[in-house]
Amino acid sequence: MSPTNYLLLSAVLFAIGTVGVLVRRNAIVVFMCVELMLNAVNLSLVTFARLNGSLDGQVMAFFVMVVAAAEVVVGLSIIMSIFRARRTASVDDANLLKY
Amino acid sequence: MLALLAADQLPPVGPATGAASAAWVLVALPALGALVLFLGGTRTDRFGHVVGVATVLGSFVYGVVLFVQALALPGEERVRDLPLYEWFGSGSLSVEFGLRLDPLSLTFVLLITGVGSLIHIYSVGYMSHDEHRRKFFAMLNLFVASMLILVLGNGFLTLYLGWEGVGLASYLLIGFYVARPLAASAAKKAFLMNRVGDVGLALAIFILFQQLGTTQYTEVFARAGEMSTGTLTAVTLLLLLGACGKSGQFPLQAWLPDAMEGPTPVSALIHAATMVTAGVYLVARTHPLYDLAPTGQLAVTIVGAVTLLIGAIVGCAYDDIKKVLAYSTVSQIGYMMLAVGLGPIGYAAGLAHLLAHGFFKAGLFLGAGSVMHGMADETDMRRFGGLWRHLPITFGTFTLGYLALIGFPFLSGFYSKDAIIEASLGGSLTRGWLLGGAALLGAGLTAFYMTRLMLMTFFGAERWRELTPRRAPWDPQAESEARPQAPEAGHGTRSDQGSTPIGELDHSAPHGYHPHESPSVMTVPMILLAVGSAGAGAFLVIGERLGGWLEPAVGPVGEVSDAVIPTGLVPGIASVLMVLGAGIAYLSVGRKPVPVERPARVSWPVRAARADLYANAINEGLVARPGLWLSRALVYLDNRGVDGAVNGTAALLGGASGRARRTQTGFVRSYALTMLGGSLVLVAALLAVTLP
Repeated sequence: MSPTNYLLLSAVLFAIGTVGVLVRRNAIVVFMCVELMLNAVNLSLVTFARLNGSLDGQVMAFFVMVVAAAEVVVGLSIIMSIFRARRTASVDDANLLKY
Repeated sequence: MLALLAADQLPPVGPATGAASAAWVLVALPALGALVLFLGGTRTDRFGHVVGVATVLGSFVYGVVLFVQALALPGEERVRDLPLYEWFGSGSLSVEFGLRLDPLSLTFVLLITGVGSLIHIYSVGYMSHDEHRRKFFAMLNLFVASMLILVLGNGFLTLYLGWEGVGLASYLLIGFYVARPLAASAAKKAFLMNRVGDVGLALAIFILFQQLGTTQYTEVFARAGEMSTGTLTAVTLLLLLGACGKSGQFPLQAWLPDAMEGPTPVSALIHAATMVTAGVYLVARTHPLYDLAPTGQLAVTIVGAVTLLIGAIVGCAYDDIKKVLAYSTVSQIGYMMLAVGLGPIGYAAGLAHLLAHGFFKAGLFLGAGSVMHGMADETDMRRFGGLWRHLPITFGTFTLGYLALIGFPFLSGFYSKDAIIEASLGGSLTRGWLLGGAALLGAGLTAFYMTRLMLMTFFGAERWRELTPRRAPWDPQAESEARPQAPEAGHGTRSDQGSTPIGELDHSAPHGYHPHESPSVMTVPMILLAVGSAGAGAFLVIGERLGGWLEPAVGPVGEVSDAVIPTGLVPGIASVLMVLGAGIAYLSVGRKPVPVERPARVSWPVRAARADLYANAINEGLVARPGLWLSRALVYLDNRGVDGAVNGTAALLGGASGRARRTQTGFVRSYALTMLGGSLVLVAALLAVTLP
């Protein structure tokens, strides 16, 4: 199977994730879309590693996963505390930090 | 070594030994007195005047000892230096605080402490009713100490210390009656006009230090020849500016008459006998510089000649007895400046006139104070008249001072003024006629205004009989009379004291003037000064006694060359002019009754003279108003220009950031969109750079 297909899939996943971050209000969904974008990038990293015959891309993908796991822990706990304080998880309502 | 270098034109400077080795006591005594009286506060009120008199008297006695010791030395050993300690040092600069004991400074020491002692004693009586008498004596002592530092210092910086000290004391004493607005503004005026002169003196010292690297007299005078003529001229002109400020010379003469707002003993001591002669001292002290700068000398003579005429002309028009004497002082110091500007032929003459003037002008002021004391502090001569019968001792001493001042034959002024006139007639034809003519004309005018003063005060009708004293609300005496317990305070009021009923008119005037002779604590100093004014001139000038004594300090007296009028005729001509001036005065105020109100319709010269020859108007127009305009323009520039630029920048940044701030909406999704846009732009840019 041509590597181009992997890259196309990766691009489509990334685009879906981007649109989801931009248009969805629920913080959990936005969060999931961010994960989608990260994994799209992981997919293209692995593909390029396979193409170039080196392990660098795979190592980087592992790093991204580890960081993403840590980010999920911090991010979800922030969302939890916002929800507890405001009874909502909408990102548009958390707009206190502005001009 | 430096003394050797200078040996050809200046006398060597030796160390001070014997009694002179403690010469600092001269300064320390009055300084200690001032310190005790200032810091002691009201605790020293009871004996303050005793401390004041004793310290100055002690200085005088010690000064006489030093004088006698110096007389015993041969002429070439009379110039002595007494280094005390290094005042301050920095790098190559080392300023020594020391005293210069030579005939010039010792002469001044005797004048300052001698006349100062007499005036201190007089003040005990004159200020006896003033509750601030202790403060008065503290300030007088401060003045004497500063003046002694001024004349005794052995370098320009020591001189400057004394110079500023006497300026401060003069300011404090002019404004002694703090409750009088006139006194306060006169003090401020004196201080400010003195500052103008002080700047000149300071600049001269800076130039000397920059050129020679030292400010000690010995080295500066020995190395004066190293400076170019232009530099020397600049230094001498700046020194002249300093002298003009302190001595009330043209164009800085306007403060001196206003200084008469101070108590009369202050006028006598500071604004007639001693401090205002500091300018003459400065020129005589720096004569090695002036002798090398003919332009500077010429400027001094011109300033002197112009001032002596201004003072004499204005003195003719005033009705205030103290202001007439003040303008007379301005005029007489003009004579002294004229003399010391003439170079070696004039130094001794100028200093002789200075000493003689110290006696008779101090005596005249004390006499005027005695008249005021008897006449409820009145100074308007139009309200006097016929006082000779009521104040016989004052009248006698005043007359001696008067005759000495106008140059009556064989009294002080006759010898000292004639010596100046003779010296001023020398030189080229124009110069001799102009300077000598001014000096002669001044002699005639002096006779006129002083005779007018004498006639209006002591002779004629007793105009005060019809009048009631004017008492200003600030007068502390008026307050003490208002308080019921004041008469029991033990002193009685000034106008009650010693008033003896004269004639049958007295019963009608319990509130009128009660002219009475002053107590002996005041009359004795007046008598002593009168004796001095009568004899000082003859003693100093005949046989060139002063010239010989001063020779080690200011050089030998030169001969007058090419006089435009034979010098033998000068006493005759001066006497004729004196009689003429006195005669005109007799015709104008002696034979006619003097109106009590001063006539408003007068000819233009009188109007001009009454307005001080427009000196204040000129100062106002040339200095004060342009200065005001300049400062207003600068304030405008500051408010609108500088502040405008600063505030404008701030407003611009504030406004811009206020707009930029609006982009921070708080919506996370719009931030995400911005990030996406930015990333796209970044990627596009990377592609644009790397792909082709």
